[in-house]
Amino acid sequence: MSVTRAAVPILQVVLVVVAGPLLIGVIRKVRARLEGRVGAPIHQPLRDLRKLLTKERLLPEHASWVFALAPAVLVSSAVATAALVPLVSTVSPFAHVSDLVTITALLLLGTVALALGALDPGTAFGGMGSSREMTIAALTEPTLLLSIAAISILAGTTNLPAVVASTLHRPEAVISIGYLLAIVALAIATLAESARLPVDNPNTHLELTMVHEAMVLEYAGPDLALVESGSSIRLAIFLGLLANLLVPWGIATTPSVARLALGTLAFVGKISLLAILLGVFEVFTAKIRLFRVPELLALSLVLSFLAVIIAVVHR
Amino acid sequence: MSLFRKILRTGRVTERAEPATGAELMLAGGRLRGSVQVRAVDVGSCNGCELELASTFGPVYDAERFGVRLVASPRHADVLCVTGPVTHNMVTPLVKTYEAAASPKLVVAVGDCARNCGVFTGGYGVAGAVSDFVPVDFEIAGCPPHPDDLLRGLRRLTGR
Amino acid sequence: MSFAEISLVAALATGAAAIAAALAIGEPRRRTLLTGVLTAGCGAGGLLAAMGVLATGRPVEAEFPHLLPFAGLSFRLDAFGAVFVLVAGGGASAAALYGISYTRDHLSGRSFQALVPAFVLTLLLVPAANSMSTFLMLWELMAVTSLLLVLAEQRRSPNAREAAMWYGVMTHLGFIALLLMFSLLAAHAADGSFAAIRHTSSTMAPALRSLVFLLALVGFGSKAGMVPLHAWLPRAHPEAPSHVSALMSAVMVNLGIYGLVRVGFGLLGGGPSWWWLVLLALGAVSALFGILHALASTDLKRMLAYSTTENMGLVLVGVAAAGLFTSTGHPVLAAAALGAVLLHVINHAAFKGLLFLAAGSVVRGTGERDLDQLGGLMRRMPVTGAMFTLGAVAITALPPLNGFMSEWLLLQSLIHGAQSHVVAVAVAVPVAIAVLALTTGLTAATFVKATGTGFLALPRTRAAEDAEESPRSMLLGMGVLAGACVFLAIAVGVLAGGLARAIAAVGGVTSPAPFRVHGTTVSLPWQIVGTSVVLGVAVVVGVVAISVALRVLPRGARRRRTENWGCGRTQQTARMEYTASSFAEPLVRVFDDVLHPELDIDVTHREESQYYVESISLQRGIKDAFEERVYRPVLGGVAAWGRWARQIQNGSVHRYLAYGFVALVLLLVAIR
Repeated sequence: MSVTRAAVPILQVVLVVVAGPLLIGVIRKVRARLEGRVGAPIHQPLRDLRKLLTKERLLPEHASWVFALAPAVLVSSAVATAALVPLVSTVSPFAHVSDLVTITALLLLGTVALALGALDPGTAFGGMGSSREMTIAALTEPTLLLSIAAISILAGTTNLPAVVASTLHRPEAVISIGYLLAIVALAIATLAESARLPVDNPNTHLELTMVHEAMVLEYAGPDLALVESGSSIRLAIFLGLLANLLVPWGIATTPSVARLALGTLAFVGKISLLAILLGVFEVFTAKIRLFRVPELLALSLVLSFLAVIIAVVHR
Repeated sequence: MSLFRKILRTGRVTERAEPATGAELMLAGGRLRGSVQVRAVDVGSCNGCELELASTFGPVYDAERFGVRLVASPRHADVLCVTGPVTHNMVTPLVKTYEAAASPKLVVAVGDCARNCGVFTGGYGVAGAVSDFVPVDFEIAGCPPHPDDLLRGLRRLTGR
Repeated sequence: MSFAEISLVAALATGAAAIAAALAIGEPRRRTLLTGVLTAGCGAGGLLAAMGVLATGRPVEAEFPHLLPFAGLSFRLDAFGAVFVLVAGGGASAAALYGISYTRDHLSGRSFQALVPAFVLTLLLVPAANSMSTFLMLWELMAVTSLLLVLAEQRRSPNAREAAMWYGVMTHLGFIALLLMFSLLAAHAADGSFAAIRHTSSTMAPALRSLVFLLALVGFGSKAGMVPLHAWLPRAHPEAPSHVSALMSAVMVNLGIYGLVRVGFGLLGGGPSWWWLVLLALGAVSALFGILHALASTDLKRMLAYSTTENMGLVLVGVAAAGLFTSTGHPVLAAAALGAVLLHVINHAAFKGLLFLAAGSVVRGTGERDLDQLGGLMRRMPVTGAMFTLGAVAITALPPLNGFMSEWLLLQSLIHGAQSHVVAVAVAVPVAIAVLALTTGLTAATFVKATGTGFLALPRTRAAEDAEESPRSMLLGMGVLAGACVFLAIAVGVLAGGLARAIAAVGGVTSPAPFRVHGTTVSLPWQIVGTSVVLGVAVVVGVVAISVALRVLPRGARRRRTENWGCGRTQQTARMEYTASSFAEPLVRVFDDVLHPELDIDVTHREESQYYVESISLQRGIKDAFEERVYRPVLGGVAAWGRWARQIQNGSVHRYLAYGFVALVLLLVAIR
């Protein structure tokens, strides 16, 4: 195993840790410009994280070890996922175990950890955020798994690098109805899992309208840095996954330094484009009522179920 | 689509910022490193300062470009912008909000009422100025302070 | 004698010694201690025997032709049965150790103490039965001992009698179905032994085979908690003492699966696709129904019982998939599905047993079973809390724990099966995957609710505030099962060979390798798809590394304890926390067409005027839809028929004599 091959997961992890906050910065910048403002520079979230690491660590009086460990579990599971998903390259020491089902389970681990951490201090907001988050997660899981099943059935394997490689070799396979339906369902699930509009508003100050933000109201300093970093890493992973499932061009298929550099550029370019599109989408969208969110998720579930049926029929 | 046309027509609304001079920089000793999260606490104001604060974070003055951001929870905040004279019922909440924030933290008294009770001095509902209950690090004078002054004050916090 | 045989005999001897000790010893403390230790030894013996059989694949056989009149007893423990004996032995040792201090106070009587080892012995022997009479006798013994155990706490709990009645009636209805089924098989084979039945079942008429399968579905399905025969499960499991609940939920329900696979694959040798489609539909409905009711339930043990229905539903879906793949000619996939099923049975026993033991610890420490009255237990009962959290993470199928591997295997076999060109499979697979996907998300919500409202935050009542941690033997029992969860997560490769031998022993499934293990990677036999235990370990290592790194930060050495942020409110009380019912409310609202929550609002007006309200009471509850729509009409119909039939017995002696005379005449006519 060459050095460059072993470096791929490390490169991917470093990339998402840095790119995650930058993505948030890009989305905020795009929204600001469309609103007629200038907005903060793109690297402002990185500055925020650096400052948060210098702050005091707090522990609410009724909380236990669950509250204290939840941010670490969130980041740990997100980083483990980033090492697995083929973002920059399809060859890595973990290519054999980079499985779509495993990735979904790792992301669910992060969600569950944060939800438990929110319930720990015993505040009403934490309970509310946790309850809403688990409702959304319970309805997004089936969509994720069914979309993954549809894509795997069409590609003939659940191994992610193999799926991406097969799309590289036969780009026209992407234009099939089943695949596109699965991608649309996956996109809706991404919006729900990353707590973006129209499911959740990340900039709201009204606790009654919060889902993800309500869960993190009690976290301060380095814990908050971990939680925000974890959320941005998950967004980067989701966007990278969507991009590489739809248009994997540029991804490195051999572990040479030149191809890896090209892969990195391609990855950064693709997720930046998706982030800009997301920012524009958010300007034109309002948050939907919490009790309408299950309808949206049911729509994505139906789409993904249709995708599975079409995939089965096609094979 | 009408929204899209409106966006294209409106363009940039934000006024040009004054250049930052060295003398004003780094109020907090640079501890906040160009990133300041603000929790606005209204302890009994007439809402005039709130409107000006909202305007400062609006499109025309756009405080966000200097690294300042409004947050919902004092746990996420470095700076508490307190407006209004401290009324009796808000004494405990103000102190609790201060204790909930993680250090290093700063308190900014925004407006004359927060500094010295302003026009409400001696009122039956007023318990005192903000500095009587929590340590105030910085004051922004005015009744209400102009968004330019607010912006200048916030820039001294971020150093940008 | 081989290792397995010695262990099995030792297990039986220890079990008998435990019963003797329970009956003989006078002093209660010594009785519970000795019986508990001996029962644990019995379980351990069974565990070792099962491991021996799984390691070599050689069955243990024994015949006792004169022990029962006419039929005799016949035993054969092969690798497939050994999986269930493994589960039974492990669960029994943990439960017995737990029971030493759990039963110390009020359950230390002779009869109870003697029944537990008897129950354990039947659980160990049912998978080894090799003839109709042996099987039915042991099955009935198992039912009777567990029924008496459910009744054990009837003085303290008013629902125990009703629960025992439901359990008794339904298990015996199942028994009648099994009796009919075995009679049909044995009549065709002219011999009750399983070997003879296996030989001759292929010559049975297809209609008769289907009848046999349906009877097996009723008999074994009701034991496994399959909908619509599940009504006894959420009643009986919570009412039994907690270590008995653990045995029932983690071990006994598996025997329904054992029976179904043994009859469906082994004795009948597989069947047409429609059998498996029916099983798939029933399993899917059980899984969804179970998890929805678990989500809506606020009683801790009832929630766990419904969760058992859900897991058994998933297992039935896996068995149905394996059957479909066999009947449509995909042996490799069938082996993978069956391997996933067996792995899930073992995993479920570990984490469901752990959860029930932890729930029992909570009940003992606080006296409360309702999640809405608990809270804050993580700081008052730290070991129990950590164990419950471990169990909750395992049951949600999250890496790094064991539930993930079996769900992954099942999902993989289903996804790969979707590529088949057979219509039945192509219809069944999307439904199965959808069910699996839905239940995963809902399980996560349910167990976040249970752990969060039960253990975290502030205690909601005095009882929760005064909670005490459990004594050491209970913690030891839980620790054994927690250790099993971790072991199964890390060392799943150890089971690969044993599972392959078990699948081979079932018969009717060729090419039995369910998965392959290279180092720490588990991969499937048909393609380069795998998952690694290293990932879960990596998450744990990551958490530790981050926690250490945070301490190194400039202000990171210590945390400041601070009041909750409540928007400056002056008092934070336990009333402000989310309760279990409020946590589940959004999801219950989404599924209200299935759950039909009932809202009862009772307004009492003042005497003086209708315009003034004295008090308002609101009750919200969810009733079991099958009980309302299916059981109630059926029971009502039976009762109505009984009332009509009473007319036959009107008390007149003349009429009774007439009945006798007419019956005699008819008999004489028929014999001619």
